[in-house]
Amino acid sequence: MGRYVIRRLLQMIPVFIGATLLIFLMVNVMGDPVAGLCGDRRCDPATAARLKKEFGLDKPVWQQYATYMGNVFTGDFGTAFNGQKVTELMSTAFPVTIRLTLVAIVFEIAIGITLGVLTGLRRGRPVDTAVLILTLVVISVPTFVTGLLLQLFLGVEWGVIKPSVSSEATVDELIVPGLVLASVSLAYVTRLTRTSIAENRRADYVRTAVAKGLPRRRVITRHLLRNSLIPVVTFIGTDVGALMGGAIVTERIFNIHGVGFQLYQGILRQSTQTVVGFVTVLVLVFLMANLIVDLLYAVLDPRIRYA
Amino acid sequence: MRGATQAKWAACAVAVALTATACGGGGGGGSGIVGSSWGDPQNPLEPANTNEVQGGKVLDMIVRGLKRYDPKTGEAKDMIAESIVTKDSQNFTVKIKDGWKFSNGEKVTAKSFVDAWNYGAHLKNNQKNSYFFGYIEGYDKVHPEKGDATADTLSGLKAVDERTFTVKLTQKFSTWPDTLGYPAFAPLPKAFFDNRDAWLAKPVGNGPYTVKSYQKGSRMELRKWDGYSGDDKAENGGVDLKVYTDNNSAYTDLMAGNLDLVDDVPASQLKNVKSDLGDRYINTPAGIIQTLAFPFYDSKWNKAGMDKVRRGLSMAINREQITDTIFQKTRTPAKDWTSPVLGDDGGYSDSVCGDACTYDAARAKKLVKDGGGIPGGTLRVSYNSDTGSHKEWVDAVCNSINRALGNDKACVGNPIGTFADYRSKASQQKLDGAWRAGWQMDYPLIQNFLAPVYYTDAPSNDGKYSSEEFDKLVDRANAETDTAKAVATFRDAEKVLAKDMAAIPLWYQNGSAGYSDRVSDVALNQFSVPVYEKIKAD
Repeated sequence: MGRYVIRRLLQMIPVFIGATLLIFLMVNVMGDPVAGLCGDRRCDPATAARLKKEFGLDKPVWQQYATYMGNVFTGDFGTAFNGQKVTELMSTAFPVTIRLTLVAIVFEIAIGITLGVLTGLRRGRPVDTAVLILTLVVISVPTFVTGLLLQLFLGVEWGVIKPSVSSEATVDELIVPGLVLASVSLAYVTRLTRTSIAENRRADYVRTAVAKGLPRRRVITRHLLRNSLIPVVTFIGTDVGALMGGAIVTERIFNIHGVGFQLYQGILRQSTQTVVGFVTVLVLVFLMANLIVDLLYAVLDPRIRYA
Repeated sequence: MRGATQAKWAACAVAVALTATACGGGGGGGSGIVGSSWGDPQNPLEPANTNEVQGGKVLDMIVRGLKRYDPKTGEAKDMIAESIVTKDSQNFTVKIKDGWKFSNGEKVTAKSFVDAWNYGAHLKNNQKNSYFFGYIEGYDKVHPEKGDATADTLSGLKAVDERTFTVKLTQKFSTWPDTLGYPAFAPLPKAFFDNRDAWLAKPVGNGPYTVKSYQKGSRMELRKWDGYSGDDKAENGGVDLKVYTDNNSAYTDLMAGNLDLVDDVPASQLKNVKSDLGDRYINTPAGIIQTLAFPFYDSKWNKAGMDKVRRGLSMAINREQITDTIFQKTRTPAKDWTSPVLGDDGGYSDSVCGDACTYDAARAKKLVKDGGGIPGGTLRVSYNSDTGSHKEWVDAVCNSINRALGNDKACVGNPIGTFADYRSKASQQKLDGAWRAGWQMDYPLIQNFLAPVYYTDAPSNDGKYSSEEFDKLVDRANAETDTAKAVATFRDAEKVLAKDMAAIPLWYQNGSAGYSDRVSDVALNQFSVPVYEKIKAD
């Protein structure tokens, strides 16, 4: 187990370097960021040259990348164009997004798996059909439509929630945005769990458990559900990364100052430091989430062992 | 994650939003807090480093300079200045009023100005507005085009005593005192020079508001400063600026009653704004003109007859139709190269462009043909596609041109991914064909609409337009001591632009804003910044 984890961690290094290099190059290809700082007029050449020097933009790209990576390893992610340290931006944006992601994941697990078990056990019954149709609707409607509609009805028409999240972004404010963010994944989790449960219900070990005279509740939670969760856990694990970086739409609708918003603004302003810094952290989150998912397999299914 | 005080503030802010009552205010008139939408300022909040509206909003509340533009008429009125006198339009003596203070108790002295201007001009401080000090003698030493600065201070700037300083310009510039309303010319307290980082974290100025708290990137709370020395004291208890991720969510918050003022109504809501807000929607002219600029550095566009082609293209654009349907009247068809906010006395004219700015398909077709046709057969109009709704109107302009000329390939849009890339291409003369150009005035003077954009090799003359006649007239107008005569001469210079069709004027941009029924007396100034100190809140 320990050796396996070390091997996986070592494998992360090339992935990490490759991903950051790619992002670094892509942001650089977009052109000269300093030109956008002066509005619809030309920056005076002397100031522009000094700014370029300060941000290291006058050096060749490989050298910029080397310096940047060197700094990253000492914890210095550089400065955004508005003079704020990128680490400072991260320290305000990541807690918000982590909270939002957690709310979303809780919804996925609580609602998604419950509905999945319910429908899996009652295949073909009206409940099953109703949930299937419902998930189909959720999957086919784009997130921004759900988001805007919920915001309009709950926030403006009925006044149940505040349509925009304050800068503190407390958990209770994030419930509706979290639900919107989770909606599509939630539908997938429901369907995955349903199929998996329905399939395993006829498995030998379930029949054995029932034959042993175990109570129905124990058969379902300990034997059936635990074995059926492997694909679901894989999905949720990869979804953590996707939710954190891909919340741009939801974050813009509900005015959440999280990672998605910072990335969007960073791209618009071509702030290499912001974009690469945030993506670097997201890549790390993604890699860690994947590792944890793989380790969870062993917990869920004792037959799986890592050497 | 955050301290108890901030949490308390959050609770307070929520209370404000929910129950529409002031927070911590003592009741009675002037205690109401105005909640207003905001965007993250692009640059650090220094006076000489702020060149866009979001940072400009804050500076307009916390700093006051020698002059201030009247929000209604645009006239530059004395604020801290007691007198600015000159005999030769080149050497100025500035005397400031007694009794002005910064909110930290420091006195506003001649030195506050001299130090701030020297800071703003110096190359090593990376101030994006430093070119404003370019008329002052010694600028080329502290801010050379290439290499390091050879002087620390502007030689043309001297403090005489506590309330007097003198300014020597490099050339005659009679209306120079009228430029001093721009925030870049604001004074700075000693506290700024002692600890710049602390100042940027919580700016200290001499304006009607003080900064109570500032969370970078999310919100700023400004409160009325009772010790303010000027006569434009705040009529409300304070302003809470709140950063929104999207102007649509700000608008939704206004609808839900959580916000009092939105000064950027999203394009997609313009159709509903009248029914949503009624007379709480304002749409007033701002000092912004949009034009199509041309590459005069390209010989194809600079040869004889091309002025006819440009005039023809101008006449092929149906401005009324585009401003009505695409912009819902938040733009006004342009009739000259300046802006209506200048007023007739300031140099605005609704006849300089004349027929050339009026849609006439038949004449347009003939003019383009007479001039030798569009170089290369197709006019490519470049624009940035990331912000604003440029694609819509560029496509509309091209459609209009194509229809008028009866040629489907006469004009196509050429989107460029990001604003930075588009600006970098434009400023390095790498665009072929026309491109969208916008000019937002720095100060309400006709000089500002002409000299920086069309003078030979001027800083924002991206198209490299050059006309000896125009340059001569601008020089003469700058040297003219009588303001009325100066304006008349600038108008003559503008006629040269009309003759050459140096750029195609499209439309003047308006500022638009919507506000809640809690607040009243909301207005936008010529820079489309809300006049916060005049707003009354319950």
